[in-house]
This record gives sequence, C-alpha cells and structure tokens, in this order.
Amino acid sequence: MTLGLFMQNLANGISLGSLYALIAIGYTMVYGILRLINFAHGDIFMMATYFSFFGIMLFNIPWYISFTLAIILTGILGVAVETAAYRPLRDAPKISLLISSIGVSFLLENLSVLLFSGKPKAFPTPNVLTRMVTISGITIQVLSFIIPVVTFILLSLLLYLINNTKVGMAMRAVSKDHETARLMSVDVNKIISLTFGLGSMLAAIGGIMWGLKFPQINPIMGVIPGLKCFIAAVIGGIGNVKGAVIGGFILGVGEIMLVALLPGLTGYRDAFAFIMLIVILLLKPTGIMGEKITEKV
Amino acid sequence: MKNKNRILTIISLVVLAVILYYTNKGVDSYKLRILNLCAIYTILGVSMNLINGFTGQFSLGHAGFMAVGAYTTSLLIMPADIKVENFFLKPIISPLANIHLPFLPALIAGGLLAAGAAFLIGYPVLRLKGDYLAIATLGFSEIIRIIFTNTQSITNGSLGLKSIPNYTNLWWSFGLAAFTIIIIVSLIRSSYGRAFKAIREDEIAAESMGINLFKHKMWSFVIGAFFAGVGGGLLASLIGAIDPLMFRFFLTYNILLIIVLGGLGSITGTVIASFIVTIATEGLRFLDESINIGEYTIQGIPGLRMVVFSVLLMIVIIFFRNGLMGKKEFSWASLRNPFSKASKMGGK
Amino acid sequence: MDILRTENVTMKFGGVTAVSNFNLKLQQGKITALIGPNGAGKTTAFNVLTGVYTPTIGKIYLKDADITGIRPDKITALGIARTFQNIRLFNDLSVLDNVLVGNHLHLKSNILDAALRLPKYNKEDKIIQDRSLELLNKVGLYDFKDEKASSLPYGMQRRLEIARALATDPGLLLLDEPAAGMNPKESYDLTSFILSIRDEYKLTIFMIEHHMQVVMDISDKIYVFDYGITIAEGTPNQIQNDKKVIEAYLGVEEDA
Repeated sequence: MTLGLFMQNLANGISLGSLYALIAIGYTMVYGILRLINFAHGDIFMMATYFSFFGIMLFNIPWYISFTLAIILTGILGVAVETAAYRPLRDAPKISLLISSIGVSFLLENLSVLLFSGKPKAFPTPNVLTRMVTISGITIQVLSFIIPVVTFILLSLLLYLINNTKVGMAMRAVSKDHETARLMSVDVNKIISLTFGLGSMLAAIGGIMWGLKFPQINPIMGVIPGLKCFIAAVIGGIGNVKGAVIGGFILGVGEIMLVALLPGLTGYRDAFAFIMLIVILLLKPTGIMGEKITEKV
Repeated sequence: MKNKNRILTIISLVVLAVILYYTNKGVDSYKLRILNLCAIYTILGVSMNLINGFTGQFSLGHAGFMAVGAYTTSLLIMPADIKVENFFLKPIISPLANIHLPFLPALIAGGLLAAGAAFLIGYPVLRLKGDYLAIATLGFSEIIRIIFTNTQSITNGSLGLKSIPNYTNLWWSFGLAAFTIIIIVSLIRSSYGRAFKAIREDEIAAESMGINLFKHKMWSFVIGAFFAGVGGGLLASLIGAIDPLMFRFFLTYNILLIIVLGGLGSITGTVIASFIVTIATEGLRFLDESINIGEYTIQGIPGLRMVVFSVLLMIVIIFFRNGLMGKKEFSWASLRNPFSKASKMGGK
Repeated sequence: MDILRTENVTMKFGGVTAVSNFNLKLQQGKITALIGPNGAGKTTAFNVLTGVYTPTIGKIYLKDADITGIRPDKITALGIARTFQNIRLFNDLSVLDNVLVGNHLHLKSNILDAALRLPKYNKEDKIIQDRSLELLNKVGLYDFKDEKASSLPYGMQRRLEIARALATDPGLLLLDEPAAGMNPKESYDLTSFILSIRDEYKLTIFMIEHHMQVVMDISDKIYVFDYGITIAEGTPNQIQNDKKVIEAYLGVEEDA
C-alpha cells in the first residue's frame, strides 16, 4: 500500500473512530447511570440527521443554525425518551428496561419510516465542510480534520464537566448509588435527564458529522453503528467515558484497516466489531478501563 | 392423576387432529398461511421462552439459530436442479449439490445444526450475565447472518434461496408445535426444569444446592436452539424463499415480544400470544392500506402498522410487564380445580 | 474425627484482607460456632469453605481430601451444604419445589430421560418427591408445600432454607445466622430444631451466629473472629471469659 493510500485510510479510520467515540460516549454515560443498554441511542443518532436534513431542505435554514437546532432537538428527544419509556420502569426487573429500550428503538425507526419514508435521502453537505484539501501531496477531505478536532474538544469539555464541576460530581455519585446520592440531596431524576440530554446531543453531533461524511440517510441507518458503538463502549469499559473513546477508535481504525489490508474480507467488515466484542468479553469482560464488580454473597 | 392427565392430553391431540383435518379442507390459503405462521411462532416462542423465561438467560440470538435451521433444511430438501437455478452466480459446493432428504430428517438436521451452533456459542457466552449476555448473543446472531451473506457457494450469499419446496402444512406446523410444547413442558416440570428455574431465581443459591450452572445453562440454550432451528426450517418451507436479511434482529425481537406479551414464565402464555400477535400483525395490515367503511375510504399510511405495533409493545412493557399469564400455566389440574394452590403455582 | 479442616486460609480482596490465617477443625457430629463483630469476615469464611471464593492462601480438607478451589456445586455434591445470611430462597417457586431442587444433584437420569419421562427418570422422580415431602414434614412445613416461597413468614423461610440444604443430603451443614431476626421464643425453637436435625441426619454443624444465647446453649466449640483474625477458640465457657473476646465486642475496659 502506498503511503498516500495508507494516510487516507488512517484518516478515514480516525474519522470513523471519532464518530464511533462520540456515539459510544452516550451509551456509556447512560449505562453508568442507569445500568441500561439504551438500544434506542443509535436511532436517536439517526433522528438528528433527519432533523438537520429537514431544517436545511424543508425550512431553508442555514446549515449552522439547522445543525444547532438539530442538536438541541435531539437532546430534548433523548430526555423525552427517558421520561416516557425508562423512568416508569425504574424499579422493574432489568429485562423490562432492556425490552423497553428495544421497543423505543423500533418505535423511532418505524416512526421515521412512516414520516420520512424508507427511501434513503441525500444529506446536505455544505462545501465549506466537505471540500478537499491537499497537504504535501496527499488529498484529504477537510472533514477528516474537523471530525477528530471536534471530538477532541467535546471530549475535553465533557471530561472537565464530569471531573471538575459540581454537576459532574453529582453524575458520578448517581452512577455509583442512586439512593445515597438522593440522600446527599442530589436530584437524581434531573441528573439522569441531564445525562440523557448530553449523551443524545453528543450522538447528534456525531450523527451530523456522519451525515457529512456518508451523505446518505435512512431510517435504519442507526442500527449497525448503534450496535458497534455499544460494543465500543463495552470494549473500553462500560460506564467509563475515556474507555468509550478508546473503544470507538479501536473499532473505527480497526474496521478501516481490516478492509484496507484484506480487501477480500470487505463483506465481513461489520463482523469485525462483533468479533472484537466476543474477544473482550472472553479476555476482560469489564473492558479495557473497567473495574471488576464483585457481587456480595 | 398422572394417567388421567395423559389421557386428557391424548384426547386433546386427537381433537386437534380432527380440527386440523377440517380446517385444511375448508379454509382458504391466506388463512391457512396465517395459521401455519401461528404454529411456527409458537415453536419459536416456546423455545425462546425456555432460555429467557425459564432459565433466566437473556439471549437475543434466536434469529441466528433460526437462520441455521432454515438454510440447512432448505438446502437438504431442494432438488438438485433447483439448486443449480439458485446458485447461478457461484455453484454450490459439491457435497451439498446432490444431497436430498425428506422433510422430517431435513428439519431434524436443521435443528441439530442449530443446536451445534448454540453449543459452540454457548462456551464463551454463557458465563456472561444480563446485558452482556444479551449483546453477546445478539453479536453472534449477527455474525452468523454476516457469514451466511458472504458464503456464496454454500448459502448463495445475499441472493438467498428461492423456490424452496413448500412442504409446510397444518399437519407439519401444528404437529411439530404440539411436539415442541409437550417436550418442553415435560422438561420444565421435571427436575431439570426446576433446576432451570432455580438458576433463574438465584444463581448463587442454585449453585450452592449442587447445580452445575454452566452445564444446565448450556442444556437450556442448546435445546432452545434446536427447536429454533426446526422452526426456521418450517418457516423456510412455508415462505419458499429465504435470505440473510430475513434473520436480522427484528425477527428475534418479534419472538421476544411474543414471550413477553404472553408472560416470560408461562408456556401457555407464549402459545396464546403467538396466535394473538401473528393474527394481529396480519389484521393490522389495513393500517398500511386503505379501508372502505360504507362510502368513505380511509387512506392507509404505509408504516403505520409497525408504529402501532411498537406503541402497543411499549404499553405492554410499561403497564403490563408480567404479560398475559405471568408465570401461571394451564394444566388439566387447574381445569378441574381452578382455585387450588397447586394449579395457581403452575400445575403438576 | 475431624470432618473438615483448613490450613492457614487467608482471603484477600485487592488490598483488604477479609480472613487471615484461619485454622478450622470441625469435629464430626459436633456443633461449632463462628462469632465476631459485624464485618469480621465470617460470611467470607463460609464463602471460602463452600467454594464461592478461592482462598488467596491456604488449603481446605474434607476428610483429608483437598477441596481447595473446587466449584460450589461440586462441594455440595461432596456433602457440604449451606444457608445464607440474607436468605436466598427460590422466591417464585413453591415451598416443595425449593426442596425438590435440593435433590436435583442426586439425579442419575440425564435430561433426555427426563424430557421423555422414561421409566428410569420416573422412578427417581418418585423417590425425590417422597423424600422431599418427608423432609417438609419433619421441618413442619408440609402444609405449606404449594405456597410460594416468598409468601412465607420470615421464620418459616429460614426453616425452608435449612430444609432445602438438607435435601442435598449433606454431612456438614453450614448455617449463616440462622437465628437472625428471631425473638427469644423463636430462637429457642430454632436451637431445639438444630439439635434434632443434627441427631436425625447425623450432621456436623458449623454456624455463624450473633444470638449469644443460641451460641452458648448448643455449641460444642466456638471460634471468634475480629477483622478476619481468629482471636480465640474454645468451649463456650472459655470464650465467655476470654478477655480478647470481651474487648472485641465491648471495647477495652475502662479503669474502674
């Protein structure tokens, strides 16, 4: 493989990894705080792309406003999902919650098919974001720089929030023990809503950048990336934000490199994530950055 | 008491046979297809309930096992010339090209291969719990599907298989459904069934009472997969065409919906729910198309059916999470003495 | 004869040492108690003996056979059964079913025999049913056999847990705080109960208890834990007068 090709693949891998990381963070935050796999997270990511699409195409809003609106709307959607579908089941057996999240996922997908039709739509790609640039002979989309940079900024902000603010401390407390956090006068419901809102907004940003990179959107576009991003979160250690990012990059770069180095296995590119999942569950189920949890007997 | 029950069971099977005979004769093919689907989903539901509801192992891998059964059965019952027709892109590998089995052995082979897949998958996966087990089994189900999409010379890849001989009829589907129910109920009422339920209730206590967790989980998993494979084979022969996209997570989810709706710990509930859900899925089709009421035509909206479905599921989950039957079972004893404790607890 | 003994069993979780250098000797047919303040590592010791944890250091011998690190279900098959501090019944199963489960490990028929109800299985099942009903009768729970386990009052749940453990046909029975939450009358009944099952089923009993009356009444030997260390062992009389034990429970005596 030529250096140019390698760099292009690496750039793609890093972009994909960043996108996976952004979405994986949402999974890991929600799991950390509710011990719930939010199956609907991938579909929330999908909704963000549709929100942006309609903002630009239907209402002719400039892209930067449309994207911002989409991000906010998606955050609200995430909070709404939690309030309607998960909060009522807070004390139910875990399986009910899981089924509920699967139910929301299908509801969102089917609603999208109903409202937006199942046919794929072309995502608007403002030239300033998707034009090509040439650096020392290598031609790369400017997007390939924007994605990792945006991800890095967001991640830094998020980590600052979690580790250095009162709200972040509340989030960490709730993820350890709801009851005790409540006794420390933490409004648990608000924190949970905040977590969902944040996670959904991050997924929305990821979704928009995804739409820019792969400009075709359809109602079930969130399914496979959603699954992969959950796997990324598990690989990194579910509940751990840094781990989610690591997991996202491992999957993103790994997937691109697999196809680049072994083009014969292209059909299996989605299987890569699942195989990584099995491997990590066998070797270190708590993930790369995870801690062991022992059950008291 | 046991003999009385056995006689009652045999009588009801005879009654079922008579009903099937007349249904087959008198009912149109559209309704027959729905009935066949009901019976097949009963098999799929009961087998998934064994793993999820009775042993408490949250497995989302059923579609994968169904795929194994469906493809195996299809390839075994397809005559050689149809195989050639199907595999036009890349010919099927030679041992499979000429093999041709009657329906029952083909179904059993499908079940056994699915069970084999479960055995292999179970080794790494069954030591996981809860969410992790769910995602791992889901992952494996997808891996199976992806493999089938890519093995052109065995499964015909994404083209799928067409013109699969239609052997499935009411006798096969209801017959095998009855067999599945009898075997699994018998299993659940046995000491092994109690061991499964013990694992569901409290693994640590179960292990301390001498139950080998892994072995028992594996048994439940493998037996559930076997019947999933049989169900898959029946489905393939009913529809006549299969492709990897049929076996996405959505299929597992449908069965999950059925067993939750019926009640996770109840075979009776699963049977009832399979019929309700299958018929409702068909019945709600009007939502997608237009309906005429007198002079008015109400325009249907494509996709509305699935949305209504999803909403119904959410309502069941949130407000009726024990499903129709909870953990209660129908039993001959409960008919005779509906208020006795034994019948409430699940029959003997 | 020592039915069970441990050699320097130590259990560490990361930086915490829960049990330290435990040298236990259980004499056949005797009742031995393990007492100590809360959090002293008593249940952890139980968990090590029953295979839930593998000791960080040390060995466990059941009649001279090394059973260190063996899985819990195998340990039960070897004849050691237990109850739990927080009662772990199979809540949604009936009282009878709970006890029937205890019999499962003795089943020789395989799963196919059971599913197909072959005569081999049916015979065994009948024996199990009879044995379980008899057991329920002995512990006074026969009338409740079809009730859901979780619907029983607390004291009966404890008895059911013991019955379930007995169903595994043990030689050694480990009871984790069997008298917890009981009033004096209930505790008294419990002590008679323990003595009677010890005699009836020829058991050796090792129990964790906080009810000092129960402990002093029926124990032949007592071990005392504090922060995982065995600070004393001996007969009830010896323990009652042991200074270290008194300190551990009541604190250091102030100079009068």
